[in-house]
Amino acid sequence: MHEASVVEALVSMLALEVVKQGGGRVTVVRLVVGEATGYMPESLDFYFGQLSKGSSLEGARLEYRTVKALLRCQACGREFERARFTFECPDCGGQGQMTAIGRDFHVESIDLEAAQPDPGAS
Amino acid sequence: MALTIPIKRAIYEANDAKAAAIHARLAARGVFTVNILGSPGVGKTSLISRLAPLIAASPAAGPLRVIEGDVASDLDTQALRALGVEAYQIETGGDCHLNAAMIEGILGKMEIPDNSWLFIENIGNLVCPAEFVIGEDLKLVVASAAEGSDKPYKYPTVFAKSAACVLTKTDIAEAVGFDEEFFRKGYRAVAPEAPLFVLNGRTGEGAQALFGWMLGIRAGG
Repeated sequence: MHEASVVEALVSMLALEVVKQGGGRVTVVRLVVGEATGYMPESLDFYFGQLSKGSSLEGARLEYRTVKALLRCQACGREFERARFTFECPDCGGQGQMTAIGRDFHVESIDLEAAQPDPGAS
Repeated sequence: MALTIPIKRAIYEANDAKAAAIHARLAARGVFTVNILGSPGVGKTSLISRLAPLIAASPAAGPLRVIEGDVASDLDTQALRALGVEAYQIETGGDCHLNAAMIEGILGKMEIPDNSWLFIENIGNLVCPAEFVIGEDLKLVVASAAEGSDKPYKYPTVFAKSAACVLTKTDIAEAVGFDEEFFRKGYRAVAPEAPLFVLNGRTGEGAQALFGWMLGIRAGG
């Protein structure tokens, strides 16, 4: 359920983009997903398959670039990936603070196939 | 032949824009909006019911309006109305968090006097409600001893994004093996500047300190 509404937002944003580009069909959507968002590719794929039906995004493939979440040590400044149940710096033992790294969730680009010209159109 | 088109846009963009518009509209009328987050059963409604009499006793601070978000049922809204609180229900029908569009919808049905407190009780969940702004001035996260002391370690985002944390049910800490020091250490790491208030939802002990802090924030302190 968690991913459903973000996929809904993704589909409506990109469907508008396709209209702006003059129509067509999206074949690939490239997403940047930070680990700190907690969004699972399997789940995003599932909802995308459902929620893109009947839109210009139906059948598109989602490609992911995941970004590791990093903490910054308040004592020595090192950026590090946290271990479970601790925020401590592996170097100096100082407390790490959350950073913006790993919080990303955006669309990098899409591949768009141009609309086939309608043979019936004058 | 497919053409690659750069997008570089955040997926939350539409929600963020709507939330900013809601906040601007409410803030212009002096309404102070608090987004209350926490797991199911943690004591979010109890927290509101403990703050309500303090707000009622300080008329200069403005009246209280509450929006209750639930997946199903309006039990919390009924409970608050029974206490004389003007509460409005959003039933999400399955969605695990409130979003700005839902708030915009319910605001159209509410009468909110100038300078009100607007408390929005989000869906009981520590994950996605943290990602969606809904027009609030601040987020308040409620955690309880009953959930265990590891919550800031497991769900750091919601704690990091909240202006303060309210810890409830510490009167049963021993029975449930709650390690308050471990909890505080984790909370301190994700939210080094934010205060932590201990509230007893049964007796109301601690509510005054929290309310005093909220008054200070609202006054710009």
